Amino acid sequence: MDARRREVLKTGGGVLALAAAAGIIRPGEALAQEWNKAAFETKSVAETVKALGGSGSTPSSAIEITAPDIAENGAVVPIAVESKLPRTQALAILIEKNPNTLSADFEIPAGTDPFVSTRVKMGETSNVYALVIADGKYFHAVKEIKVTIGGCGG
Amino acid sequence: MADPMRIRANMTGDKVEVKVLMAHEMETGLRRDAGGNAIPAHFIRNVSVTYGGKTVLSAQWGTSVSRNPFLHFRFNGGKPGEKVMITWLDNKGEKRTDEAVIAGGG
Repeated sequence: MDARRREVLKTGGGVLALAAAAGIIRPGEALAQEWNKAAFETKSVAETVKALGGSGSTPSSAIEITAPDIAENGAVVPIAVESKLPRTQALAILIEKNPNTLSADFEIPAGTDPFVSTRVKMGETSNVYALVIADGKYFHAVKEIKVTIGGCGG
Repeated sequence: MADPMRIRANMTGDKVEVKVLMAHEMETGLRRDAGGNAIPAHFIRNVSVTYGGKTVLSAQWGTSVSRNPFLHFRFNGGKPGEKVMITWLDNKGEKRTDEAVIAGGG
């Protein structure tokens, strides 16, 4: 039963109704929160930007990434992103050399500060990108984080 | 049922500062167990935070968010004594909602 459920989830949006009909997901619940499967399967920064609806992004000094230069434990790397760009709508954290580039994507409604802090896993030393969508345009900042012990072996 | 989230919501000036720790394994699906079998992915995909019926933050996550995820952000317009509600939903359809009362703070 478990394998079947995973199969249903794997095929994504089209079969949500089917899943709901089978009583696996109650209607209304899953549909309210969508998940951009394509974006989370991307393997490069350019691909991720595209999957998030952009054609490219411009470097910006108005985006600040707060993270250690060297992370001793790749399983828990604290990363904070703050945007000073007016009308910031979304912040995303991309890790170039992870198996999948996109780590987290945050939607920032009006009234919420364009700031978010979280912790991510990094498999190896990599550039970390903060991608910001502000006023419909795409911007980014980048910071290299050196990892001494990778975070994927756990 | 997953363990409850630990949520702190404090006023700092006129903003509400929210810090959350969720209990979740955030398994990537890339690891193998001792027998060489792939451990299936199990991770939070959606997080939403609401205040007074309005969404103040929504997130989509991949497998590379750390185990027992931490989240920190700030929003305007909150009042002490009111509640912040947080919900997560994972790739297996498991779901958890917790709430916290906003503390006065400084």
